[in-house]
Amino acid sequence: MAEVNLRQVVKKYGEVEAVRSIDLDIPNNEFVVLVGPSGCGKSTTLRMIAGLEEITSGDIAIGGEIVNDLPPKDRDIAMVFQNYALYPHMTSFENMAFGLKLRKFSKAEIRARVEQAARILDITELLDRRPKALSGGQRQRVAMGRAIVRNPKVFLFDEPLSNLDAKLRVQMRTEIKRVHQKVKTTTVYVTHDQVEAMTLADRVVVMNQGRIEQIGTPQDLYHHPSTRFVAGFIGSPAMNFIPCRLEPNGADMRARISDTIALPVPADKAARYRPAAGREMVLGLRPEHLTEPRHNGQNGGCDFSVALDVVEPMGMETMVFFTVNGTEVCARVEPSSAVAAGAMMPLRANMDHMHLIDPSNGVVL
Amino acid sequence: MTPATATTAPSAARTNGHASLKRSRRWALYTSYFFLILFAIFFLAPPYYMIVTALKSDPEMARMETNPWFIADGATLDQFRILLANTDFLIFFKNTAIVTVLVVAITMVISVLAAFALGRMRFWGSSILATGIFLTYLVPDTLLFIPMFQIVKALGLLNSYWGMVLVYPTLTVPFCTWIMIGYFQSIPKELDEAALIDGAGHIQMLTRIFIPVALPGIIAAMIFAFTVSWAAFVYPMAFLYSSDQQVLTVGTVTSLIRGDVYKWGMLMAGALLAAAPPLVIYAFLMDYYIAGLTAGATKG
Repeated sequence: MAEVNLRQVVKKYGEVEAVRSIDLDIPNNEFVVLVGPSGCGKSTTLRMIAGLEEITSGDIAIGGEIVNDLPPKDRDIAMVFQNYALYPHMTSFENMAFGLKLRKFSKAEIRARVEQAARILDITELLDRRPKALSGGQRQRVAMGRAIVRNPKVFLFDEPLSNLDAKLRVQMRTEIKRVHQKVKTTTVYVTHDQVEAMTLADRVVVMNQGRIEQIGTPQDLYHHPSTRFVAGFIGSPAMNFIPCRLEPNGADMRARISDTIALPVPADKAARYRPAAGREMVLGLRPEHLTEPRHNGQNGGCDFSVALDVVEPMGMETMVFFTVNGTEVCARVEPSSAVAAGAMMPLRANMDHMHLIDPSNGVVL
Repeated sequence: MTPATATTAPSAARTNGHASLKRSRRWALYTSYFFLILFAIFFLAPPYYMIVTALKSDPEMARMETNPWFIADGATLDQFRILLANTDFLIFFKNTAIVTVLVVAITMVISVLAAFALGRMRFWGSSILATGIFLTYLVPDTLLFIPMFQIVKALGLLNSYWGMVLVYPTLTVPFCTWIMIGYFQSIPKELDEAALIDGAGHIQMLTRIFIPVALPGIIAAMIFAFTVSWAAFVYPMAFLYSSDQQVLTVGTVTSLIRGDVYKWGMLMAGALLAAAPPLVIYAFLMDYYIAGLTAGATKG
C-alpha cells in the first residue's frame, strides 16, 4: 500500500499532447476514479502510472519513490484490463499464480495466496478452469484475483467493466467496492462511465482534453462543479444548460430565459452573481430541480408552464422534455403528474440549486 | 373476404415457399456432390495409379495387353522388397529424415524469434523488415541455386546433406516467419502488458505466454517447413551427387531411372513410402494447420 503522486506529468505522441501537465496526489488506501470522455487522457495517465507508457516529462512517484524509469514489474503494481488479458492456455489458478511464480514464491505460499484471493472473490470452484470456460463476469473476477494475490502497492483498473452487460456491470461494481473495502489497497480506476465513477470513488478526477478539470468527492462534483464540462459530464440525465440574461430586479436578480419566463435568483447567490448582471450567461439546472410545483422547494421556486415535446416514463419517475428559446430542457417529474406530449404542464424551478456559467470560459461562478 | 380464405392464402404461400426452398437446396446439394466427386476422382487417380503399379510384378507391367488401371496377376509386395533390400532407398530415407528434422528445428528457432521481434516489439523499421522477409520468399529456388552453389562450395559442403541443412531454411524461414508474425500480431497486446506487470521479461513472455498461445500457428509453420524440406528437389539435384548423401526426392529418381529404363514398380513403391510421413503428419495435425493459416490470414 502506498500513495501515488503525479507532478506536472506530460505525455506527447509526436506533436499531439495527450496529457497536459497534470498534478495529482492519491493518498494511501484511497480509491480514485479517473473519468472523462474518450481521448481525454485518462487511460494514458493510468498506463504511465503502470509503466506501460513512458512519460514525456514530469515525475510519477509510488510510495514516495520516483518510478519514471522503472519497468512495470519493479513498480509493485497490479493492473486489471478491459478485456481481462487472462492467459488463455492457463487455468484460473495458473493465471493467478503466474506473477508469484515469476517472483519465485514457494509453492505453499502461492497456493495459500491464490486460495485466499479465490475466497475473497468467490471463485474457488473455478480455479481449475481455463478462461474459455468462464463467463465474462467470472473472467473479470479471475483478473482481479491475479491482481490481489500479488498484494501490490497500487491497483490499476483500466475500464474493467466495459465488456460486461449492464446487469453484470452493476453487480461487479459492487464487487469491486467490496474487495476494496476488504483489502484497502490504493486504487486508480479509469472509466468513461460517470455512474461507475460516482458509485466507486472516494474521489473522482474529471479529465478533459488531457487536463484535469476538477478533483473532488462524488457529492462535491455533483453539487459544486467548477466548470460547465464537469457540470454536464457528472449526473444522468445531464444538467440543462439554458442561455439566460441576468437582470437586476431591485435588490434581487432574475435570470431571464425567455420573453415570458424570468426565474428569481436566490438572495444568497445574488451578491455573488452581481458582477455578471446584464450579461448573457448560461443557467445550469439539473432535471431533478425542475419538477411539478407541488413537490419542490419552498424557497426560490418559480412556477411556469411549458408545452411538452417528449415524455419518457421510466417507472419510478418520468422525464419530460420541452424547448425554451430553442434550447431543449429536461425535467424530472412524478409519473402521476406527467401529462401527454403536446399538452401544457406547470413546472417549478428550484433555483436554490442553480448554477451560473460564464459562456466565455465555461467557468461556474 | 371470409376468415377462412384469409387464413388459407398465407399458409398455401408458406407451403409453396417451403417447397421451393427445399427444391433449390436439393439442387445445390446435387451440384455440389457432382463437382466434389469429379474433383475427388481427378485428384485420387494418380495415387491410385501409384498403388496399383507398386503392387504389380515386373512381367505384368511389361505385358502391353493388360489394363494398367487394374492388377491382373495378383498383388505382390516384390517391388517394396527389392526397393528396400537392393537399392539405397533406406539411406535416402535416413538422410531426408535427418535433414528435415534439423531444418524444421532451425526454422522454428529462427522464425519464432524473428516473428516475435517483428510482430510484437515496436521498433523503427520493423514493418519494412517484415515485408522484406516476405519478399525473399518470392524469389524461387530455381534462381537462387546458382549463387547458392558458390556459397555451399565455399563452405566445403558440396555433396553433403549438411549443405541441405544450411540451404533449406532459406526456403522455409521467410514463409514461416511471415505466418508467425500474423499469428503473434493477432494476440491482444494486453496479454504482454499483463505479463510485463506480472514480472515477465521478453524471453519469459515468449516461452511462457506467446509460444503456448500461438501453438496452432507454430504447428502450421512446422508442417510447412516439414513439407518444403521433405519435398525439396532443386537444391539436392544441384548440390548432391553421391548416393550416400542423397535425399529421397532426387535419390529415388536418379537410382531408379537408368537412361531410358524406368523401374516403374519401384519408382511407385518409393514414391508411396516417401509420401507416407507427410501424410501421417497432415492427418494428425490438419486441424492445427488450418487454424494456424486462417488466423494468420485474417489478421491483415
